[in-house]
Amino acid sequence: MIRINCPFCGERDHSEFTYGGDGTIDYPALDASIEDWHEAVFQRENIRGMQTETWHHVNGCRAWLLVERDTMTHEIRSVRAAHPGMAKVLEKAI
Amino acid sequence: MTAIRLEKRGRIDPNSPLTFTWDGKKLAGYEGDTLASALLANNEQVLGRSFKYHRPRGIMSAGVEESGAIVSIGEGNRHEANVKATTLELYEGLVANGQNAWPNVRTDVGAINGLFSRFFSAGFYYKTFMGLPPFEWGSGTWLWMQYEKLIRKAAGMGTASREPDPDCYDHAHAFCDVLVVGSGPAGLHAAHSAAKAGKDVILVEQDFELGGDYLNQMSGEAESKRVSLIKALEKAGAHIMTRTTAFGLYDYGTAGLLERVTDHHSIKSKFQPRQRFWTVRAGATILATGALERTFAFGNNDRPGIMTVSSAKTYLNRYGVLAGRRIVVSTNNDSAYSTAAELAAAGAHTVFLDARESTNKANTSMLESAGAELRNGFAPLEAAGSKGIHGVQLASVDGKGWRASEYESCDLLLVSGGWSPVVNLLSHRGVKPVWNAEQACFVPAKSDEAIAMAGSAAGIWDTARCEQSGEIAVKQLLGSENTGSLPKPGDLKSKIKPVYEISVPGKKIKSFVDPQHDVTADDIRLAHQEGFVSVEHLKRYTTLGMATDQGKVGNVIGLALMADALGKEIPEVGTTTFRPPYTPVSIGALTGRNTGTHFKPLRRTPMHEWNLRNNAVMTDAGLWHRPWYFPAKGETISEAYVREATISRQTVGICDVSSLGKIAVQGPDASEFLNRIYTNAFAKLAIGKARYGIMLRDDGIVLDDGTTWRLSENDFLMTTTTAHAGKVMVWLEELLQVRWPDLKVHVTSVSDQWGAVSIAGPKARDTIATCLENANSISAENLPFMGVKPIRLKGEIDGLIARISFSGELAYEVYVPAGYGDAMMDLLWPAVKAAGGCLYGLEALGALRIEKGHVTGAELDGRVSIDDAGLGSMASKKKSYIGSSLQQRPEFLREDRPRLVGIFPKDRKQTFNGGSILCRSEKVSGHGDGWITAVTHSPALGHWIGIGYMSGGHELWTGKNVIAADPVRDSEVEVEIVSPHMFDAKGERMHD
Amino acid sequence: MTRFSAWNVFVNGLTGQKGWARQWRDPEPKKKYDVVIVGGGLHGLATAYYLAKNHGIKNVAILEKGWLGGGNAGRNTTIVRSNYARPGNREFYEHSLRLWENLSHELNYNVMFSQRHHVALLHSPAAIDAAARNYNIFRLTGTPDAEIWDLEKLMGTIPHLNYGPNARFPIMGAAVQKRAGTARHDAVAWGYARGADSLGVDIIQNCEVTSVKRNKGKVVSLQTSRGVIEGNKIGFAVAGNTSRLWQMTGLGKLPIETHKLQAFVSEPLKPLLDHVVVFGIGGAHFYISQSDKGGMVFGGDLDWYKSYAQRGNLPIVQDVAEAAMSILPCLGRVRLLRHWSGVMDMSMDGSHFICKTPLDNLYLNAGWNYGGFKASPGSGWYFADLIANDRPDPVIENHDLKRFERGVNIDERGAGPDPKLHG
Repeated sequence: MIRINCPFCGERDHSEFTYGGDGTIDYPALDASIEDWHEAVFQRENIRGMQTETWHHVNGCRAWLLVERDTMTHEIRSVRAAHPGMAKVLEKAI
Repeated sequence: MTAIRLEKRGRIDPNSPLTFTWDGKKLAGYEGDTLASALLANNEQVLGRSFKYHRPRGIMSAGVEESGAIVSIGEGNRHEANVKATTLELYEGLVANGQNAWPNVRTDVGAINGLFSRFFSAGFYYKTFMGLPPFEWGSGTWLWMQYEKLIRKAAGMGTASREPDPDCYDHAHAFCDVLVVGSGPAGLHAAHSAAKAGKDVILVEQDFELGGDYLNQMSGEAESKRVSLIKALEKAGAHIMTRTTAFGLYDYGTAGLLERVTDHHSIKSKFQPRQRFWTVRAGATILATGALERTFAFGNNDRPGIMTVSSAKTYLNRYGVLAGRRIVVSTNNDSAYSTAAELAAAGAHTVFLDARESTNKANTSMLESAGAELRNGFAPLEAAGSKGIHGVQLASVDGKGWRASEYESCDLLLVSGGWSPVVNLLSHRGVKPVWNAEQACFVPAKSDEAIAMAGSAAGIWDTARCEQSGEIAVKQLLGSENTGSLPKPGDLKSKIKPVYEISVPGKKIKSFVDPQHDVTADDIRLAHQEGFVSVEHLKRYTTLGMATDQGKVGNVIGLALMADALGKEIPEVGTTTFRPPYTPVSIGALTGRNTGTHFKPLRRTPMHEWNLRNNAVMTDAGLWHRPWYFPAKGETISEAYVREATISRQTVGICDVSSLGKIAVQGPDASEFLNRIYTNAFAKLAIGKARYGIMLRDDGIVLDDGTTWRLSENDFLMTTTTAHAGKVMVWLEELLQVRWPDLKVHVTSVSDQWGAVSIAGPKARDTIATCLENANSISAENLPFMGVKPIRLKGEIDGLIARISFSGELAYEVYVPAGYGDAMMDLLWPAVKAAGGCLYGLEALGALRIEKGHVTGAELDGRVSIDDAGLGSMASKKKSYIGSSLQQRPEFLREDRPRLVGIFPKDRKQTFNGGSILCRSEKVSGHGDGWITAVTHSPALGHWIGIGYMSGGHELWTGKNVIAADPVRDSEVEVEIVSPHMFDAKGERMHD
Repeated sequence: MTRFSAWNVFVNGLTGQKGWARQWRDPEPKKKYDVVIVGGGLHGLATAYYLAKNHGIKNVAILEKGWLGGGNAGRNTTIVRSNYARPGNREFYEHSLRLWENLSHELNYNVMFSQRHHVALLHSPAAIDAAARNYNIFRLTGTPDAEIWDLEKLMGTIPHLNYGPNARFPIMGAAVQKRAGTARHDAVAWGYARGADSLGVDIIQNCEVTSVKRNKGKVVSLQTSRGVIEGNKIGFAVAGNTSRLWQMTGLGKLPIETHKLQAFVSEPLKPLLDHVVVFGIGGAHFYISQSDKGGMVFGGDLDWYKSYAQRGNLPIVQDVAEAAMSILPCLGRVRLLRHWSGVMDMSMDGSHFICKTPLDNLYLNAGWNYGGFKASPGSGWYFADLIANDRPDPVIENHDLKRFERGVNIDERGAGPDPKLHG
């Protein structure tokens, strides 16, 4: 069981969350080219090691989170709210 | 073997006799016995048969590593196969039987396999059974599958019941600071010192008694230490769990435990689970899991009457059973001496063979004073006997090898080939054990996680040092200072002599490495000869370590023999990775309560009970139960839905649509947000209006459809399909939190807040009006097509009404707070009835929407573009939206893409099936030109119709001969391809 | 190579098994080969075999970082079927199944392909129609053994499934492929290895590629743990590790994510289930069969998060057990003996890649999702053909890396560009 320290809810089992995907994708503007959208939607670095990824606390506070996690050991280095505004507020709160 | 129960010996309770049945025979045992100790005391020798050769097998150990005494227990639907008699706590009325034998384990016809064993070498089945013997003529799989039937019957071990398991199982969860696995000297001390330090401790023990190796000691000192430690632990508040196996270690200090709650009860409680599966999240974990004694490979080393030295000690001191009267003990290390002395002192004639050429003074005199005879430089070469042993041919050391020596008669042969620390749980964490040549065993490597090994599991043999290691390991894990260093592995006075196999040149013997699977030393050498030298290849080719003990007994010997064949050292050959579970875990326990009707949650609409009271037949829609149809007396489903659809078009019908997803989209940027996620424009949607919208995925494929209602400037209510409600909600949250955090929008799922009905048909407006406080509020002028407004139903029920139509009729959706769902139905239904209307379910809804060519999940299957679905006019050309870029990819623009079409049977009297493939009549093969997604009888048109997809769209196929091919249901129907809008194409009825 | 036959088993039984030779050599790598295949799993082994057998290209090396067949070849649940419906997939898997049907004879190695039927349970009229659409296509494209069974036929054939009343999702029928079944997974790897080796292929184990040397548009050589090895043509067939190897070529990203999938086996039992049974509804996904040795072999969903670790976690163990008990309630007292996991190369549409790459002499075989084991003969066949002839067969024309740019849809589940959803 991976334990994810949700910035809102505290440390919880990963089964409360769903894995989203690569958290570093920079989605292009809606009117961007097919090439740009192809790159964002289909192409993955697929890192073996520490990667930044999204998780959704779907059975909890429903926040989307940015998690730094090692894909080889499952060790988590950091967790923060994906929404920069929320992340900022939470940082201050701590 | 002539075992006897000694008086006043052991931990069994002589005042609590128990009776049990073995192969139909009533036998007696005592409280505190295992099935194995009780059978041993009753002199039952042959308890099982081996996998391949059906060789007779008896008790080989006293624990989880047992490979011989594997039996079936229980009857009927509680029949259970492959139970290790050595770990089964005896209870009154236990029924146990031999398995993998006919007619019984004592006389087994299958033993004939043994005669052909010379042909059944490792992997022989890969070399034959392909075709006609002797040269494997033929092709295909037919012949193999005939052989396979026989092989399957011969293989397997016990038989499983085919009836549902009647017992229930539980799941439980726990947290602790320190989890200690194993309650032997190291475990008890570890748990005690953690609890003393104020930590929250869970101590688990697979046995039914706490104490581990303390229980096998004769001395009163060990017992008093054990008792006082347990008392202290209880006092310190540790949570102690017996009959509980920590079967696996997972990420982040998570352990899986199996607690056997009532397995040892004679009468099964109705109110307690049989077993409980615990998920424990531990801050730190101490593995004091002990060590298992190995034997050597030698001739007939699998015979009943041959067991490990330590198990004889357990049977003697814990169960009061002296397992033989004339005993040969064979060893290569110091650990066997005290046991031999105790056996001799208990009255057995004991001959002690040490493979080493000398013995230290203390051990020599210990044997001497107990009256046991010591012979150095000897080991067993081949046991004599079949269903028991009557003697053993000895070998004596000859340089680096052995030569045959004298014969010694005996009824029990005990072997100690050294000890293997139980590193299995640490191995689950990917930590490979390290070979310690000095101690001739794998010892645990250090883990990066908060997991430590203590006691003999860390290769420490001396009891006092095991105790000490438990304390130190805990302190180190908890980060205490000045803990002292952990004792190093190994501490016996004289060195172990690595011995794995006894053989002499030129003598053909059958010696087993993995007795349960009949893997012999020759099999290992054959694997080497054929190039299966990697340890994983060896394991897979010979099945070494694949039996129910998962290599606990044979792995090290197998590795040693391979190393020998390769001329390498053991660590160069490698070690196999132990996988969870440590000991087998019932699937029932892993399942817990989530089975049968509780397999998945059942979602009910607020009007669920109301629907049932009104005769609804329910159907599954994802996790929901939705009304399928409402049969009048004696109606079939076909009759019912045709009636419901007909009446809905003639007068009025009412249908529960509460399962639709409902999402409140609120905030100053809400309209901008909707404009980005829907293909059509939402920015200018007027307050009080609804709009049908299509959402695409990033890749330009249709994700979902539904209407969204603008309730006020910044407040929208979005509806989704039932199937995609959850997915759309997650998607919107992701967009707002991850992709577009600048948008000031909040989304809330309100699906469960509303009860909703659709009321459709020419009389819909009049019918609803009679139920409103202000009938005029929904007049055609006050609520035009696609209008939305708040309403008040009679009885002061506030709700929302939207004039939207899925059926193509004049139709409304009425939403009230979920708690008022029943009240709404009680109000609307009499009015509908009075208007000559009916209740309708999903089947009629399907008929109405197919007539109109409206799409649902069957059409929007995750591969369909907006143009394919015939909804291209809903794709705005003026703005960009999710998916607008990637839907411009070349394949999306092809003219011959499948497009939504309607389908009529050419002969209007014919029916046809959903799932048929549409083919031009000259080529009814291949992938076809299209397919049918759904069909219905159309009451409006008076014949069967279908909806589906056809390459290029319906215009291309006008007048062409098309076949709806359905070979899997033996049907082929000539059809016409028509516009998907098969009824009221102009939509006049809903605009009325 | 000693031929495998009942006769030779008999003769060797009498002569102390002395006649059996090594099943493959353990050669030192040469400096240069015509073709170098990276990955000694089923796909790599099969590719080398067919390069030698079909195309006469025998100067071939397979580089395997561990032991051959040590990846997903030895970790899967051994199911073989061809019930894929999308154009391209359909023909590919059907061809693969046809190769399976004679594979034991082809390789002179009993891979124990048991065509015991693949029975996918159906729970609603709509599900029956949806299955019928695919199974009709199977019938119309030369798979005569695709059938839809009604409840009566199913109950008669497998009476101990949970037909209610205590069933959350009552069973209404099944979609059945009769030629589908199971095979002995390790034997397939060994059979191909022995076959390829006997045709001259060098199988080089414990040989890890550590870097790729490029010169403009070509791969020049591979630096390995056993020295530099050159190949006129290079093929990658490394499943879950594809992205890592790909990055060594400097070609950037791929439409692949690596996920882990667990598998499970019970203690051995006398015959309890004679078919492959598959169950998927209400968010559950489950498949089970019984091995010839008697273990119930089963599995379910991915662990749902990206991972290169060959270790599973408990939530999926629990999910899979729940599905097992729900469909076969007699399994309650059957015990799980072992569970493990493998890393899967999940692609963006659930379909594979057998294709050329931006580098002239580099070829890619990847993206096998859940289909890798059953695909292996076909995969080797078409990959060998691609490498030998430097052009894709029409069957794999759309299985290239550019398909997402073109907008080709070979998404069997319609799940979209999210790799974890293609289980």
